[in-house]
Amino acid sequence: MDDIPPYPPIDPTTFDLIVIGTGLPGSIIAAAASTASKSVLHIDPNPFYGSHFSSLPLADLPSFLSSHSTSPSPPRSVSSEEHHDFSLLGLAARPIYSSIDISSFSPDLIDQFSRKFILDVAGPRVFFCADKSIELILNTGANQYMEFKSIDATFVGDSKGNLLNVPDSRAAIFKDKSLGLMEKNLLMRFFKLVQGHLADEQDVKISDEDLQSPFVDFLNKMGLPPKIKSFILYAIAMADYDQEDTGVCGDLLKTKDGIDQLALYNASIGRFQNASGALLYPIYGQGELSQAFCRRAAVKGCVYVLRMPVSALLVDKDTGCYKGVRLASGQDIFSQKLILDPTFKVTLPSGSSPSPPLQAKLPFFSPKDDRGKVVRGICITKTSLKPDMSNFLVVYPPRSLFPEQVTSIRLLQIASNLAVCPPGMFVLYISALCNDDDQGKKLIHAVTKTLLTVPPPINSESSAAVQIKTAESGCAVQDETAESGSTGPSDPGEGKPTLLWSALYSQELTLGQVDFICSTPMPDGKLNYDDLIDAAVKLFKEIYPEDEFFPQTSSENREDDGDGDAFPET
Amino acid sequence: MHGRPRKAPKPEDEAASTAKAQKLRALQTQFFSFHHDQIYTKEAVELSAKLLEINPESYTAWNYRKLAVEHYLSQPECDPDSVKSVLDDELRVVESALRQNFKSYGAWHHRKWVLSKGHSSINHELRLLDKFQKADSRNFHAWNYRRFVAELMNRSEQDELKYTEDMIYTNFSNYSAWHNRSVLLSALLEKKAEGFLLKENVLPEEYEFIHQAIFTDPDDQSGWFYNLWLLDQTVTTDSPLLVSTWPTCGSDVLIMGDGCQSGSFSPFTTLLSDSGSFPIILYFNQPVEGVNSSTVTIECGFNKNGYLHWEPLSVSNSQAAQVWVAHLKFPTSELDSSVEVSVGHSKGIISTRGVHYCHPSTFSFNVHVQPVERDSFQVSVAESILWREENFKVYRAQSEESIPIAYFDQLCIKNGHESTASNWRTEALAKEIECFRELLSLMDCKIGKLTLARLLMAYNAMSFPFATKLVHSEVLELYNDLMKLDPTHHRYYKDEHSLVLLQKMTCSKESLLQHCFQYKDSGSSVIGNPICLRLNNLSLSRIGAFEKLLWVQMLDLSHNELQSIEGLEAMQLLSCLGLGNNKLRSVTALEPLRKLKSLRVLDISYNQIGDHSIDTTRYLCSSPLSHSVGTGVNKDETVISDAALVNYWEAFYMFKDLNLNQLDIVGNTIADEKFKSALVKIMPTLKRLDGKVLD
Repeated sequence: MDDIPPYPPIDPTTFDLIVIGTGLPGSIIAAAASTASKSVLHIDPNPFYGSHFSSLPLADLPSFLSSHSTSPSPPRSVSSEEHHDFSLLGLAARPIYSSIDISSFSPDLIDQFSRKFILDVAGPRVFFCADKSIELILNTGANQYMEFKSIDATFVGDSKGNLLNVPDSRAAIFKDKSLGLMEKNLLMRFFKLVQGHLADEQDVKISDEDLQSPFVDFLNKMGLPPKIKSFILYAIAMADYDQEDTGVCGDLLKTKDGIDQLALYNASIGRFQNASGALLYPIYGQGELSQAFCRRAAVKGCVYVLRMPVSALLVDKDTGCYKGVRLASGQDIFSQKLILDPTFKVTLPSGSSPSPPLQAKLPFFSPKDDRGKVVRGICITKTSLKPDMSNFLVVYPPRSLFPEQVTSIRLLQIASNLAVCPPGMFVLYISALCNDDDQGKKLIHAVTKTLLTVPPPINSESSAAVQIKTAESGCAVQDETAESGSTGPSDPGEGKPTLLWSALYSQELTLGQVDFICSTPMPDGKLNYDDLIDAAVKLFKEIYPEDEFFPQTSSENREDDGDGDAFPET
Repeated sequence: MHGRPRKAPKPEDEAASTAKAQKLRALQTQFFSFHHDQIYTKEAVELSAKLLEINPESYTAWNYRKLAVEHYLSQPECDPDSVKSVLDDELRVVESALRQNFKSYGAWHHRKWVLSKGHSSINHELRLLDKFQKADSRNFHAWNYRRFVAELMNRSEQDELKYTEDMIYTNFSNYSAWHNRSVLLSALLEKKAEGFLLKENVLPEEYEFIHQAIFTDPDDQSGWFYNLWLLDQTVTTDSPLLVSTWPTCGSDVLIMGDGCQSGSFSPFTTLLSDSGSFPIILYFNQPVEGVNSSTVTIECGFNKNGYLHWEPLSVSNSQAAQVWVAHLKFPTSELDSSVEVSVGHSKGIISTRGVHYCHPSTFSFNVHVQPVERDSFQVSVAESILWREENFKVYRAQSEESIPIAYFDQLCIKNGHESTASNWRTEALAKEIECFRELLSLMDCKIGKLTLARLLMAYNAMSFPFATKLVHSEVLELYNDLMKLDPTHHRYYKDEHSLVLLQKMTCSKESLLQHCFQYKDSGSSVIGNPICLRLNNLSLSRIGAFEKLLWVQMLDLSHNELQSIEGLEAMQLLSCLGLGNNKLRSVTALEPLRKLKSLRVLDISYNQIGDHSIDTTRYLCSSPLSHSVGTGVNKDETVISDAALVNYWEAFYMFKDLNLNQLDIVGNTIADEKFKSALVKIMPTLKRLDGKVLD
């Protein structure tokens, strides 16, 4: 950041809580703490809200990704002036993105509109109309700051490029042309069984034994054919891993959880009169969500400072306990509690040995990436994947694209009516869980190869195209693209949309952490925010066990501001 | 709307509604005074609008507004522009009233009235309807109004069909939408619009469509209703058909005046007549009108002028009937003659749906008349019929004997010229049967079973004479299941079960003969040895299959569960009828008997007549007004003024037209001594009552 503005001093200098990073979990905690009458300071080194949950203009995305991909610049010298009471712990950004590959196939067009694309950093992501995030948004009144539109449909894709409609409701089953009469009957009866079970109807209760068994076994027991099983597991219950191969399945869904997912889906359909399907997407992109909570927090008195790097943490010399932070401006701010964005790494000041208590604590404080990675892709096209349809979700169940595919790949197409791209253009978000970058790339490329015509890449040196390659992976990606170009269909005129621009990157998965310093989780590989919200609630309870997380207030908060497009007149 | 639980009102709501009622009352008082004084000033009209906005159900207010509009339009200074603005005002009032209650009959009606004036733009109407149908897609007022608007706009049925389809796709639990679809398709088929020329091209697609709904959610009734409509469209031939006659084609009929039978005639075709005439019966597959001596001609040696009076046999007063009868007089001398009856060679026979009979057919038979010897006749009728087990002997038919049902087969084949045209019907039914068998293999489904039963019977009737006998057993099994599964509708299933059972018993000569007995009373010398069809002890709750039973003269229906004998009027030859030990509950239930002119012996003992002081039978017929009971009473005022009869006017009306010789009525609540003595007065012909010989 070359143009760091002069930092005005912050007043007061003591808060109950300091939150560093305006990602979604941090913003929720800031809002919740402010609502619980805590004094909160919310700082972000970026000039925008949302951190790794933000939506950025296309032009800004490459630099944001790359700035979090390389090892941080050496921490500022924080030990220049020794403090009598505190030790200083350096704070540096942790690289969380890798294998970043950004290619432009139509540089002129993209450059012309580069400010008109608002791209989600943590896509694809949607809301279920009845999920925890929507509940939270309604409860907290954050809906005043957001508008939503319904996602039109969900499809299941196959390796031939077909997109099969997911019969997710009674009306959809009735209308579906690909299901046979028997299949319709079986599927609807299964839905009814689940509904009856959830409504506590005595004669249709699912037994405890069944509830504890794997969901896939239960579906088999119900006699559901493979196609329908796949719809339910991956396109409705949104299972991440192959449920039928217990050897590789990282996360075998239990019937109980499967039923809960179905219940969520079912409750989502028709919850809002003006939302046709189960899923919602916010106008102006997912970054709106973090921002909405920040605004909520600000209303309750939270102090916001953007473009403010934090250079060090202040810890008690004797006890090693957290005391405060030293800002890039040099100012020291003190607080009882600290919530840290997981992209920061705590470093020891060079040359000085930490006090014994601190030495004991430090090894434990490094956010764990024990959950593998998530690979994300963003593609821009000028044609919809599905004619006459703008916004929809596509799920590629495990093994649907190639035999070694062990995780679901999800793709979300968003059109200009959600104000994230120019008219006539479409943004595709793709993601999948993976163990390493190579596996991840293979997953994304399998989708793009199936659905899109990928033109030969334009040479980055000669053109003005944005082509950023990270040192370690650039060559490999280049090769793969070339290879897919030669083996794949060479004629671009077979009706597939042509790829105009793409970004591909792997992201570390870290869980939030509760320790002598609490940190929030990274964006996960799920489709909605429920797990992240759970983590935020848990963190809040940890630091404020006495306080209620957004106490239910009068109905005044639930009021809609009236011009919400898809929201929520229940 | 639908599926929303009712909430108890909160106290503050109650207070609000009290205040509202007060305001409403004040408004209403003011309004009525304006209305009474025929004041149509601006203030007065506005007041009515206010009233309607609060209470759209106020019919008087709507009518007042109509008067006000008429009043305004009749003013000399009224120009086209102001007419339009007045009517637009009306539309606005209706719209705000509908917003208050979108199911207000008065409001929708008023809107129709305004629109019919023809001065308002109708373009807005569809948009308004969209709004209301979005709020409640099943609102039949809106659908009704939609049909009105579509017609007014000349919107094509195809466009409306598309709209209806969209609504069904949104939610197929929509009776109104399915109904509208059937209305539109009927119109298109009738018009023979492009793409809707032939039912056989349209219906299969509809079946395909409705299967999606039925299989997706068999518990939803709306789809089944549409399926029933489709089934009806498939089964019903547009043009009426003659399905059976008496005498049957090619039969030899012996008409006798006395009991001396010449040996060569089958008792099946021997008729004893004491009236000098014998009936000719035409049985159609649906009610028809216009059977008379020009549409049905007759040629025989003894009725030279060819005139016959045809009478519709229906309990209601309607001029349409499924069964028609004429009485042909025969000479008193011995005679052999052939009779030829031609039906429908000239136009005029027409179904109640307005379709002409278009399968002219002719049948002929031979009549042998034996002259009447008055004396022996007198003796024979005085003999009593005893419904005793030992009086019935299993009947053994001679192989060459002409049993009427054999001829009945032939009659049907003759009508078969429609068979190629209706191939698609049998095919459609066969497909349906397969489809519902599949559904039932997946799940237990009551309505699925009922539909399969209906389909099987329809298919069987249609594929006659190649019908399979096994079908009946399967259908009976289905109804047995249904009676167990669905006790609420037990009586309906029982009725259907009875009808199928009768079809089964009458479907072949062999099975029918098993129920034919010869009546032989050892203690008397009753005329001949008549054949009695015994359908007793079958727990029948309803009777049917009359088209195959027109020949029956003696019928034993005792020990069943009959509550009604609807349709029995078709059996014009009946002279002895046993209905003992059934569940007949009223005298009115016997109504069909009034049409049986040759009935002489009747047993209605041990029923429940008089158990219930209120006779509900009359309310069960299609329309209380169509019932004939009581229509002729005035003429007989002199008789009914008799004190003994005045309490039994229903019985009086019922029995006075019967020429009974023998009646058993013991074991009914009504049958006390007073009633019995009244009966004797009503029926002078009666010789025996409950086994006692009358003087």
